This record gives sequence, C-alpha cells and structure tokens, in this order.
Amino acid sequence: MTNPIRWTRKDLLGLRDLSREEILLVLETAKSFREISQRPVKKVPALRGKTVANLFFEPSTRTRISFELAEKRLSADTIHVAASTSSMVKGETLKDTARNIESLKVDVLVMRHPCSGAPHRLAPQLSSSVINAGDGINEHPTQALLDMFTILEKKGKIEGLKVSFVGDILHSRVTRSNIWGLTKLGAKVTVCAPKTLLPKAVDQLGVRVTTDLREAVKDADVINLLRIQLERQAQSFFPSIREYATAYQINHHVLKAAKPDVLIMHPGPVNRGIEITSDVVDGPFSVILDQVTYGLAVRMAVLFLLSGQPHDKKEEEA
Amino acid sequence: MPNSERTILTEQEIQRALVRVAHEILERNHGTKELALVGIRTRGVFLAERLQAQIEEIEHVRIPLGTLDITLYRDDLEEIGSRASVRETSIPFDLNDKIVVLVDDVLFTGRTVRAALDALIDFGRPKAIQLAVLVDRGHRELPVKADYVGKNIPTSKEEEVILRLKENDGRDEVVVAEKKK
Repeated sequence: MTNPIRWTRKDLLGLRDLSREEILLVLETAKSFREISQRPVKKVPALRGKTVANLFFEPSTRTRISFELAEKRLSADTIHVAASTSSMVKGETLKDTARNIESLKVDVLVMRHPCSGAPHRLAPQLSSSVINAGDGINEHPTQALLDMFTILEKKGKIEGLKVSFVGDILHSRVTRSNIWGLTKLGAKVTVCAPKTLLPKAVDQLGVRVTTDLREAVKDADVINLLRIQLERQAQSFFPSIREYATAYQINHHVLKAAKPDVLIMHPGPVNRGIEITSDVVDGPFSVILDQVTYGLAVRMAVLFLLSGQPHDKKEEEA
Repeated sequence: MPNSERTILTEQEIQRALVRVAHEILERNHGTKELALVGIRTRGVFLAERLQAQIEEIEHVRIPLGTLDITLYRDDLEEIGSRASVRETSIPFDLNDKIVVLVDDVLFTGRTVRAALDALIDFGRPKAIQLAVLVDRGHRELPVKADYVGKNIPTSKEEEVILRLKENDGRDEVVVAEKKK
C-alpha cells in the first residue's frame, strides 16, 4: 500500500524528530530507487537543475561517496567542500560558510560535522534543505535508515525483532539514530559494551543494556557492530585493544550461540580482527556490503523527498 | 459526485475495446515476435496485464510485460513536489530490439507519454515504441499520438475523465465528470 502521509520537512536532522510514518515513508520510497542502479543508464532526471553541496568537516569515505553517487544518479549538480580545504581553516564560522554557499542558490546542504547539534543549529537559519550526514556523537540518520532498510529487506519486518548493538556505544551516532528509529518501528534494542563505552542514562532510551556479549548475541535477530574508534583515544576506555577483542569481538565461536539466521551488520569502516573477525565479515551472516548498496537507494529517497519541498517556506519551521 | 457522472464505457465495452486493441496490435506487428508490453503506473499496468492475457488467448504466446513509474521523469515535479510518490519500475526483459507497446489509461496532454518515453529509453534501445490507450480525450500539449485507441472521447478541459478498473477500484467503467473545484 502507498503510504498515506506526505513529506513536509525541509531538513533531515535526525530520527529523533521523525514519526514512525515518516520513517516508513522514506523506507517505502527507497524501495523504488533500488532498481535505478541496476539499469544500463543509472540516472533519472528527478533533481535536474538542483544543486547539492556536500560539506564534510570530518573524514568520510562511504557516506560521502554514497551521497555523491545518489546526487549524480538523480541528475543534481554537486559541489564538495572538505573542511581542510575550506575557509574554515582561515577562521570563518560555520554559519558564514553555509550562508555563503547558500548565496550561490544551493538547494540542499549535506553536512557532516564533528560537533553534535551543528546541523540543527544551522538548518533554521537557511532556506536550503539540510541533511545531517553525521554530527559529533549525536545522530547519523541516513545510516540508521539504511540499516533499517537492510533489516526490512532481509527479514521482511522490523516490529518485534531483537537488534543488538555491540561496541563503542558512547561515541556512536549510528547507534543513537538507530535507537530512535528502531524503537519507533517496534524493535527490541539491546546495547552491549564495557561500562566505560556506555553513555550515561542510555537505559532511559527504552533499550536493554548489558556488558555481557553473550547476552547480546543470544536470541538476537540482528547484531550491529560498531567500530572501535581508535581516533577517539580508545586507549583510555579499556586497557588494551586485545583485551577489548577478547571480551567483545564477534567471531565464529561467539556466533555459535546466535540464531541460525542472524544478520551481522556494520556501518563501516571495519577494523578486521578487532570488533569482528575476517571470517565473519566475509561470512554468510554478513550483510555489510548489502548495507552499502541499499544506502545509495535510501539517500536517493531522502534527497528526492527533501527536494520536493517548496523552498520559500523557510520561516514555517524555524 | 456520482450523479454528475456520465458513463462513457461500461465493463463490457471496456472488454470489447481491449479485445479489439489486442487484435490491432497483433495485426500491425504481424504476430507476437519481438513484441512486449509496458504499462504506465497505475492503471496502465492493469490494462497491459489484460492485453497480455488477451494476446495469450488469441496467439497462445505470453509476451513480456513491464511496469513503468514515471514520477522521476515528470516535468511538473516542482509543482506537485512532495505529493509525488515514487513506486517501483520493473522491466524484467531486454528492451533492445523489442517492439514495445506502451500502455496507458487516458491520453490527455501527452506529458505522461513524453516522460514514459524518456524513462523507457534509459533501459535500452527498442526497435520501436508504440502507444496504446483506453481513452483519448484530446487537448494535447505535446506532439503525441496514440497507435491504438479504445475510445475517443471529446471532452472540455473543465471535465475529468475517470477510469475505474476492478484491480484498483472494484469495478470497470469510464465516466466523465465535472472537475472538482
């Protein structure tokens, strides 16, 4: 059935703000975009004449490539700004950078920023649509949407499924977005990490919290692994990488206790041999590369839905 | 409202028109060789399915059938914006060197057909594309002409042609009504 609701938002900042129906609308729309990447001509004219600016103030490979390809396959014109090559290094503020880009009549800003809340602060001040491609440790909505899309494709439903997140929950914007989204769609979420990598009050988000990997693996329909973010001074959160791996690594021994049809997901990049072993990454339960494929369709859907919005109604949401 | 509706085609007349169009398609293309049908969502798909069944009954051959969603190719996306809902396109066969009969319900401005042609050509290079519609109501805004027409219905622009099909609306009929203000 077609979703009865319509997209009315100017921006996609996080799944915290979205209703269950809005999330389902994105997932439903994404289904139709999957097929475009299988055509001989992998391009549709839906965003012809629109301009999308990708502002990445933090390193990214797959999210940036995924957005860039999604934009190109929708026929949008794209520009890219990386923090290291922008005037930000000359001391320009984020707001000034964004307003300058907006003066060039850019329709959509895709933004990644190391500070939580940066896109939320910027969006009401701009008439361009803003898509959050990851802000600090807060949210990464398109990643969570593609994770949910992958689960839907592989399991046929989300409601009632048990989904576990294992790893650096504290710094994981992917987990936060997933918790907002999955709980709205009726999944039972478990987070599993050493105490030092669990955010305070995480239990108040309606999830089960455990420090025992066996608890998170047993009965799980989906296990979503998180990279140990070495660049976020992992050293101080646990004694050693090796000790972390001993207690929290997903390998074939650990998976013996899992359901026979468990899905192993990972937002990437994978640190093989730390949070997950190579044989599991490349093994039959892994849908890590499907996530990448579906991510493209999900981002096309988001870009399409946001671009359908008339752009002169900026005050409405502010 | 129902009482201002004027019935143009009944269930039986729709059926007869489709049988005739099926025969015309076969006659013009000398059988089913290289023939394929592509329905434009939503009702064009149901009509294409019916034509496929009809052709199978006549020739005992099931010709390939595809469905096309033209939302992403529309020239009025800016106006309809978020009301546009995109659904799946599926062309499960090789279009190259096929004679493709594009099937739609009502031919009006011709803009849908323009979008469908663009979409189709992104899938390959058909040998030919022909157009079959159940109703041609006139008022073209683009140079488009149907090859097969179920019924020509002269209308005014203030009127609306409504096609109902069992698959979607519970019954088969074509009616003309005053456009809702």
